[in-house]
Amino acid sequence: MAKQGAARKSEAVEHGLKGERGGSRAAELDRLIHERVRLGIVSALAVNDSLSFNQLKALLKTSDGNLSVHARRLEEAQYITCAKSFEGRMPKTEYRLTAAGRRALERYLDHMEALIRATRQG
Amino acid sequence: MVAPRPLHDRALDNLRFIRQTMERAGSFTAVPGWGQVAVGATALAAAFLAAHQRTPELWLATWLGEAIVALAIGGSTMVRKAYAVNDPILSGPGRRFGLSFLPPMVVGGLLTMVLYRAGLVHALPGTWLLLYGTGFVTGGAFSVRIVPVMGICFMLVGSVALFGPAAWGDWLMAAGFGGLHIVFGMIIAWRYGG
Repeated sequence: MAKQGAARKSEAVEHGLKGERGGSRAAELDRLIHERVRLGIVSALAVNDSLSFNQLKALLKTSDGNLSVHARRLEEAQYITCAKSFEGRMPKTEYRLTAAGRRALERYLDHMEALIRATRQG
Repeated sequence: MVAPRPLHDRALDNLRFIRQTMERAGSFTAVPGWGQVAVGATALAAAFLAAHQRTPELWLATWLGEAIVALAIGGSTMVRKAYAVNDPILSGPGRRFGLSFLPPMVVGGLLTMVLYRAGLVHALPGTWLLLYGTGFVTGGAFSVRIVPVMGICFMLVGSVALFGPAAWGDWLMAAGFGGLHIVFGMIIAWRYGG
């Protein structure tokens, strides 16, 4: 019973935070970056100018298919850019974080910190 | 039925994940774990051979031979690991690691000549272990956290070698260049992939 109450309170806090930041658009942005692989891609690119596909794959310990699907979603949202080139005969895919992606990560961090503060105060 | 995790726990978990990903992404990832295990194995063999040499010259030649073998194994596995993840070894964190790691190695080479000429061969194990550890502590500032920890362990073994009895020299060389390389190499290989 107490756990159900806590869960309801948590949901209320989460919705309240989303409401504060402008409704459905904020919620949509959160969902996009909230997924673990996508969050990992954005976090890793936040501390590097650029990272190759293989570097991200090794760092996040994920498969080629999984990484490319999530990277494409971030690319479609214009959070990251993707540049394909050749190094000798080897194809190379390089990712960079865009200004929009960096802002999204900052908003996500603010959101998480606000959630922690709100649940501690409540 | 499993109760849902409280929201603040999930938020903390997400923040922790971001921090850890940033730490790993910003660190030098080409330190070769399995390469270090191989270097450790050859160092154990070298310690056994060195302990059975009759003259300081042959003892020194054994360890210098081991240094060349270790350099070849460590260098090739580092380049191979960096190539596998497309990590440019001569730029970024790899370059910073090298620039911090190399000076203590050069000093070690020069001190080896001085100590050998002065007839202080028994001081070499402590000097080598201390300077090797110093290289990993300074270079490790740009690498994953376990690398400077390994450096500190080398420095501790080196301190014991420097102030302990000369008879402990080969045992401590085996414990440091053999044991520490194998233990930390396996941890690096397991945690940071290869």
